[in-house]
Amino acid sequence: MNMATKAAIETPTPLGAGNSRTSKASERIKMRARQVKVHYGDTEALHGIDLDIHENEVVAFIGPSGCGKSTFLRCLNRMNDTIPGCRVEGRVQLDESDIYDPSLDVVLLRAQVGIVFQKPNPFPKSIYENIAYGPRLHGLARRRSELDDIVEGSLRRAGLWEEVKDRLDQPGTGLSGGQQQRLCIARTIAVSPEVILMDEPCSALDPIATAKVEQLIDELSDSYTIVMVTHNMQQAARVADRTAFFHMGDLVEVDTTDQIFTNPSDQRTHDYITGRFG
Amino acid sequence: MTPTSASVDHSRRRDLIEASLKRRHARERRFRRLGLGAVILGMGLVAILFASILMRGVPAFWQATFTLDVHFDPEVIRVEAKPERGPGESEADFRERHLAWQGQVGMVNWQQLLDRALMAELGEVEARQARDLRALIASGERFALRDRFIEDPDLLGQTRSLKLLASANVDVWLKGNIDRSLPDHQQQLSAQTRAWADALHDRGVITNAFSTALFLNPDSRSSLASAGLAGAFMGSLFMMLVVILLAVPLGVASAIYLEEFAPRNRLTDLIEININNLAAVPSIVFGLLGAAIFIGYLGLPLSAPLVGGLVLTLMTLPTIIIATRAALRSIPGSIRQAALGIGASRVQTVFHHVLPLALPGILTGSILGVAQALGETAPLLLIGMNAFVANVPGTPLEQSTALPVQIYLWQGNELRNFFEARTSAAIIVLLGLMLSLNALAIWLRKRFETRW
Amino acid sequence: MNNLVLIASVLCVMALAYQVGLTRSRALAQGPRRLHSRPGYYGVLVALWCGLPALGLLLLWSLLGPQLVEQLVIRQLPPEVLALGEREFATFMRRAAALAAGNRVSSGGSEAELAAAAHLARLDSLGRLILVAAMAVVAVAGLVHARGRVSPSLRARNQVERVIMVALAMSSAVAILTTVGIVLSMLGEALNFFRFVSPLDFFLGTTWNPRFSTSGTDSQGEFGLLPLLWGTLMVSGIALLVAIPVGLMTAIYMAEYAPPWLRNVAKPVIEVLAGIPTIVYGFFALIVIGPFLSDLGDLIGISIRTTSALTAGLVMGIMIIPFVSSLSDDIITQVPKALRDGALGLGATKSETIRQVVLPAALPGIVGAFLLAASRAIGETMIVVLAAGNNPVLHGNPFEAVSTITVTIVNQLTGDMDFASPQSLVAFALGLTLFVITLGLNVIALLVVRKYRQQYE
Repeated sequence: MNMATKAAIETPTPLGAGNSRTSKASERIKMRARQVKVHYGDTEALHGIDLDIHENEVVAFIGPSGCGKSTFLRCLNRMNDTIPGCRVEGRVQLDESDIYDPSLDVVLLRAQVGIVFQKPNPFPKSIYENIAYGPRLHGLARRRSELDDIVEGSLRRAGLWEEVKDRLDQPGTGLSGGQQQRLCIARTIAVSPEVILMDEPCSALDPIATAKVEQLIDELSDSYTIVMVTHNMQQAARVADRTAFFHMGDLVEVDTTDQIFTNPSDQRTHDYITGRFG
Repeated sequence: MTPTSASVDHSRRRDLIEASLKRRHARERRFRRLGLGAVILGMGLVAILFASILMRGVPAFWQATFTLDVHFDPEVIRVEAKPERGPGESEADFRERHLAWQGQVGMVNWQQLLDRALMAELGEVEARQARDLRALIASGERFALRDRFIEDPDLLGQTRSLKLLASANVDVWLKGNIDRSLPDHQQQLSAQTRAWADALHDRGVITNAFSTALFLNPDSRSSLASAGLAGAFMGSLFMMLVVILLAVPLGVASAIYLEEFAPRNRLTDLIEININNLAAVPSIVFGLLGAAIFIGYLGLPLSAPLVGGLVLTLMTLPTIIIATRAALRSIPGSIRQAALGIGASRVQTVFHHVLPLALPGILTGSILGVAQALGETAPLLLIGMNAFVANVPGTPLEQSTALPVQIYLWQGNELRNFFEARTSAAIIVLLGLMLSLNALAIWLRKRFETRW
Repeated sequence: MNNLVLIASVLCVMALAYQVGLTRSRALAQGPRRLHSRPGYYGVLVALWCGLPALGLLLLWSLLGPQLVEQLVIRQLPPEVLALGEREFATFMRRAAALAAGNRVSSGGSEAELAAAAHLARLDSLGRLILVAAMAVVAVAGLVHARGRVSPSLRARNQVERVIMVALAMSSAVAILTTVGIVLSMLGEALNFFRFVSPLDFFLGTTWNPRFSTSGTDSQGEFGLLPLLWGTLMVSGIALLVAIPVGLMTAIYMAEYAPPWLRNVAKPVIEVLAGIPTIVYGFFALIVIGPFLSDLGDLIGISIRTTSALTAGLVMGIMIIPFVSSLSDDIITQVPKALRDGALGLGATKSETIRQVVLPAALPGIVGAFLLAASRAIGETMIVVLAAGNNPVLHGNPFEAVSTITVTIVNQLTGDMDFASPQSLVAFALGLTLFVITLGLNVIALLVVRKYRQQYE
């Protein structure tokens, strides 16, 4: 885009100006990515990403579709392993340990780094069993009462307890879309992971359900490190401490959310947040 | 929550998880091995099936064969010259004379020629040993001599080196398919015949040679060594023709109707369930249907490939309909909309645009349906196709059997030692045909596969 | 003129009619008004008008003509022939027909036979002549009529398409007719059977001993279904015990663990295996598995018959493995990836994901697949004919020979087919039982699978 047309467009109102959340992030680096490259077959989807994620902060990944933000997110708990033909290079560390080290147990990693998907995917089991599945898997509860406590606690944290406490034995697939997504979040926090990855968690939800999930994310950021991909810039502006902008498989820019939305240093970021492409 | 307490919490949890990891991974490995075991077991069983049939069947393509000098002795063959059609003679008269001559030729003691040829190898044989001598050569071979002479009457007085099939029992004996240490009364051949067979084998008069009898002859009861598949093959071929001519057009037409034109209502729903269900009805039920309707009610002849073909048509129809519907369904709606959008009628849309694109899928499904029909046995037993037929059928209305039925008949033959191998050979032929049909279908699918 | 020649000439005339229609419409196309359809459709329409009625006449004659001629001949027969018994009369007519067709009959044929034959031949050729003439008239009339109707406003395409639609709809009626035919024929013959044997004795009888049909009606034999049903269930049960675990584990391995190259090789192989004729499996059972089991039994001190429920069941199980595994494979791969990701994302191992999430989600479909497999096992014939030993006695020993419904159908209906003896008719009662059992299983299975598919669509 040449400068003449750019000048002709009105300067946009900064989106990040409304970000009122107070960061609970510490200085400690929870996850560290260095030169992460991802190949699908012969095509390179990510061209070498460097990013630090601090403990207890909320980081949002934004960018046009196909920019690699979801791919990068899935590298952080090795969900890419399940995709045939996908190859990851570079280094990703969780608390100083390399998660792509062959000696690392991916089961343990995923218990530490949980993930919530774009579309709510409750198991075809009861609500109780959906939440209890993870703790049971990892042997986190020794007694039934402990398990009950975990289920109740997780549902409460997900703000779902009041809505479902009378029908815990009913199938999770019978809930509404927003409830299902909060159920999936509850399912993830029942394992009490250290980091929660969220892959466009609200893209399949209506505005009211979205607001509830965003509120939930805000509350969870007290005790969890949250990395989320979003297609919705307002959402990033509302919930994230820091925002990273991806474009064509590159991490273009990462900074505090305010900085990204008010005063981006890269032209591409500027063009994207002002809606010139995406 | 301070960071320190959180990390203490986390490490306690991590220990908890790690404690069970070893057990969980062991269980994972066990499960995986179980799966691999199932695959290997399944494949292994099939490998055993193929191996055992190949091992038994392949040797049967080679049969014990004599190479004998047969003298067409005018002393024995006392017949007039082969009639020539004279000038002014009518076709019918000539045919009559020719038939009379063939009758004469048929009366000739052809066995005597064979006996003499053998004696030329073995030296003079006493009269009481004639039976032992005749047990050597397959009894059908004397007719082979006769047919050869009818073909070429100039053989009279000449000596020819001919390849002649040994009898089934000699074949069994020489291949070691019978326990050689069994006492005389349990052996199929007399001690004398066995000794001769061994001697001739040692001298190279009997060799194990590739035999075309299996492919070119019809079934036989009197001369087991020359029993072949030609009759059954023709029967199967006729039935496949009927299936191709009836089941494929009918199936494709009804699939087109159901998929493209039929209104969605109770009736078509019923037809749909009905067709899916027909595809899972046991094949023998179709045999009962054929017996009751085609034979009992319509009075069509028993054992006719036409009736077999009709029964198999009804049986394969659902398969072809289901495959064709799947092929039609895989053509995206955008193709139809594009054609309708430029003003084609629905019939034109289907026949000009959808059908050509669905053709590979339809062909694949039809071939698989025909292959299924080719291997079917049970319904044919109920419409009399298990009758013994010694001729190659010339029309779909003549008595006949089919390849799988021939296998059924042969496996029940009392001369087990010979027919176990011969049945396996017939299975190899049948499987070869079916596998080539399947391979053709798979090739077609791969070749024309389109992803929408 | 035989029918093939007639059909061929009708087709030739139709081609001619097509040309006529085509020329006519092309000529019209030069005129002021645009044709409604393309000229080819006018050609096809004229050809259909010309050919269809003629072919209809031919069909009508083939169905009714022979009876008509026969009735006319019978009316002319001398009284002493008409006085013959039923069987002798049928023989007389058959011999007359053979003589009329120009064949010889033994002992040359009596005077009455020769007269009847001559009459028959005369009427036959007369009928033939009338038929040909009528067909020609109808064809020409149709052609002229249709040619006259060709005009720019004639909606030729719509009419041709309507004929096509009717033809297509009639084809799809064949499947329905097949079912109707199965039900009616089996029901009819089974009812005939129940006139000899009471349904109670059939369905609840514990002895199967049909005797031979030649031994007269008073020594009828016993037709108890239960030993056969029990044998069927025993063999099928053994088959499913083999096929379900192996088939399901194969499907799981193929769908979840196997690398793509193995999948690409194994899937077509499994499909081909599903197409191996059952007679081959039967032979395999007889030659390899039966003797093997028998030797094995000797080794561990159990008496196992070479042909037994175990042999047949085992081999039938091997036959059904590809069936179970390819059905289950389809169903397992239909479980959405999102569900797997959900479990894996929580830190489940692959096998935990499969056992605790994928399989429960796929359960209805898999149950449907098992039911279809069961129906297939129950209806399987050749393996049991060869390997089960044909011993219709109620006993619980899988190492002994048994008999099944399908085997008995084959036994009762091969050889002499006599539609008047209970020994043959019982095959239809058995067939009806078999049909009802498999129908029930199939319908339940299809409904379950269908519902399952809708759940994930």
